Parts: sequence; C-alpha cells; structure tokens
Amino acid sequence: MPNKVLVHALINKNPVEFSCEPRQSLLEVLRDELGLTGTKLACNSGNCGACTVLLDSLPVNACLVLAVEIEGKAVTTIEGISPAGGLHILQQKFLEHTALQCGICTPGFIVSSVALLDRYPDPSEEQIRHWLAGNLCRCTGYVNIVRAVQDAATRLRENY
Amino acid sequence: MQAFDYIAAKSIEQAVSLLSQHGENARLLSGGTDLIGQMRSGLHRLALLVDIKPVPEVNVLSYDPLQGLIIGAAVPCVRLCSDPAVLAHYPGLVDAVSLIGGVQIQSRASLGGNLCNASPAADCIPALIVHEAECVIAGPGGYRKVAVGNFCTAPGLTILQEGELLVSLHLPPPQAHSGLSYLRFTPRSEMDIAVVGAGAALTLREDGCTVETARIALGAVAPTPLLVAEAGEVLAGRMASAAAFEQAARLAQKAAQPISDLRGTSAFRKHLCAVLVRRALQRALSRANENQVGAG
Repeated sequence: MPNKVLVHALINKNPVEFSCEPRQSLLEVLRDELGLTGTKLACNSGNCGACTVLLDSLPVNACLVLAVEIEGKAVTTIEGISPAGGLHILQQKFLEHTALQCGICTPGFIVSSVALLDRYPDPSEEQIRHWLAGNLCRCTGYVNIVRAVQDAATRLRENY
Repeated sequence: MQAFDYIAAKSIEQAVSLLSQHGENARLLSGGTDLIGQMRSGLHRLALLVDIKPVPEVNVLSYDPLQGLIIGAAVPCVRLCSDPAVLAHYPGLVDAVSLIGGVQIQSRASLGGNLCNASPAADCIPALIVHEAECVIAGPGGYRKVAVGNFCTAPGLTILQEGELLVSLHLPPPQAHSGLSYLRFTPRSEMDIAVVGAGAALTLREDGCTVETARIALGAVAPTPLLVAEAGEVLAGRMASAAAFEQAARLAQKAAQPISDLRGTSAFRKHLCAVLVRRALQRALSRANENQVGAG
C-alpha cells in the first residue's frame, strides 16, 4: 500500500492540495499530478536546470526537491510567469532574439532569468552567464539567450 | 526510487531517536542535492528520511567577534554566501561555498550536507580545515566535538556513529593580519566537481611580511580532504616570499596521492596541486595585508 501524504502549498499563487508518495519529486508531481507540464524533465539529476522553478522565490531544480518538502511553501512555475493570455518580457525577448530552437531548456532558462533580474536588474554579461550556469542548452550556443536576457533587463528597467 | 517514509523532525532529540531506531535504513534530509540523486541511482536504499530542516539548531547562523562563527548544518549556501558578517570576516569560506553547483543547487545545498556527503573532492572541506572549524555532533550519548579534519574517514564516509548527526560548525574568530582562501581547478567555470582544490590560511606578524602560522589543505587528491601540516610548518617564521611559497607548494604536491579518473590524470593533478597552493597562498597574503585589525 503506497504511503501517501497530503500536501498543501501555493502554486502560482493558487492554494493547492495534492496527495503523493514521499519518493515523488516536485517535478514529477507538477507534471503528472497537477498537469503543469511547462516544467521539463531532462537530466533528472540537478545538472541541466530544465526543471527550474522558484521555491519561496529561490530558483531550485524541481527534480531534487521532494514534493512533500513544499508543505506550506510557494512555488512559481513557468506557467505562473506568463501574465494571463500574454508573454512575460523575457519570453518576448527570447522569441525576438531566437534564443530557443527545440525549446526544452527554455522554461528553465526563463524561470532562472526571472530570479536573476529580480535581484540584479542591470546585470553584466559575466553575471548573466554565471547565474545561468546551471541551465544547459544543446541547441543555441547560449549567445542569443544572453542577448535576450540583456534586452529584457533593459526593457524592464525602462518600464520602472 | 524505492518507497520510503518521510518525517519532518521537530527537535534534535527526535532526530537522534529516529536515527538510532532505524540505523542504516534512515538518513537525514537537508538540501537533498546529493542524497536524492544517490537514492535515485540506488546508492542508498532507505526506509525513512528524516527532514532536519525544521529544527532550529541546524539553521543558526551567528557571528560574534570573540566567539567566532556558528553555522547550523542545514544552512543553505545561498544564505551563508549573502550574510554580511560571513562576507566581511570569512571570505575564504565564501570562496569555497559559493563554488558549489549553480544557483539552483546553492538555494538548497547546505554546508553541513556537503561535509556529511564526504566526497574527497568536496569544496568546502579544505576551506573548513584551514579555518580550523569544529564539528558539533549530537547523538544518543549527548554532544561531542570533532575537528573538521577528522570528520571524513573515507570516500562517502564520516566519523558519525549510529544515531549521530551533525548539528553545526564552529569557526574561530578571524585574527589580525590573517588571510584565508580557497580555489580549485575545473574544466568549466561553474557546476563541475573539483579536479583539485586548495585551501590556505596565513597569519602574519606585526611587521606584515613574516609568517607566524600557515595552514594548507588539499581536496580531490586523496581519499579524504587533506591537511598538509608540513607545507604550513615550512612557512612558519619565514618571509612570505615567492620562494617560500614555492617550497610549501612542493611539499603539498608531495603529500598528494591523486588517482587518475575521468576528471584528470594523477600527473595532471599533481601538477595542479603546486599551482593552486601557490595561488591560494598569494590570495591569502593579499587578504592578510588588507586585514590589519582582525575581528570586530
């Protein structure tokens, strides 16, 4: 008999209740129980960042968090970053700069970049590359990703 | 992963009791960034995870100019590396802790967890050794202290006995004219496991150029991180010169017993030991020269 635990958390600002086994990762629960498939499963070992979400505003690899650990906490996924029916400035800039090809790394990059720009609104290229070191891309070679983040940072500063 | 139970511990006593009761079938969960992957790959087959994060004692982070620094075992890297007192007084520790993983890992991984995982290549351990950190351990018999250099006993193994857990690390207050540093070699600029790591601590005399004491520690070149006592001793009472540093670096290199693996050959690692020890000493010297006043 699987030993299920009831968990209560805020996900993308919505109170959520779900039942899961302790061995299920947050990534697995987001995708398979809650239908939030924007967060991607790639390496499943904390090396690639495709599963990056914000946990109490900190960027984390959802594959290395057990779902039971988010009891009482707030999670933001890529679905929570897009405004209703629109695109976040980072998403807009990723499109404009062709900062994606297959797109599997992209949600992770966007979430990590949101965390970066929340803390460092005017990051240097070096800061951007250092912060995004935990997000791997096999397609783009990173240059356009960095340009998209720089452009988004400029736009966000102009808007405030 | 095989199924296991999860309990969020409320106290040190409860955690000790659970660990004693379940022995090898239970482990503590802190940041989980090593443990969860190891469970997934079958390295550990556990019946119970005891989440230590809710317990107050393992989340303490406090600095006192006379007592030094107390770091709770579950304090995550991101918190340690952004604490003003740690940044001001323990930059050599920040050198090491800030290198662990990338931002996603830093949000969760703890210094205590990095130590208890006992990788021969762990970044924080050579830094903790040169800082002369002490480990505070709780167990069925009460509390005890162990010098951090004695904590790891073999790759992946520590001095913790059944029922014991690491509560916190205590670092002495910084002394006047002292500087500490850690650096490592990795193929990429982030995310990699250290090919070689080197920590150095220098305390100068009032004249600002004679070494009073020095400590040098190496990582990833032996089954456990290594204090190289003779490399530090050769500097005591000498001018902090390039020639003296070279001698210390060669002694450290001699003490290293690296293996050849996917990250590097034994010969390459031997070469790196001397290079990194020289650079770590140079950075420690710069910091010692900036640090005229010491703690407080």
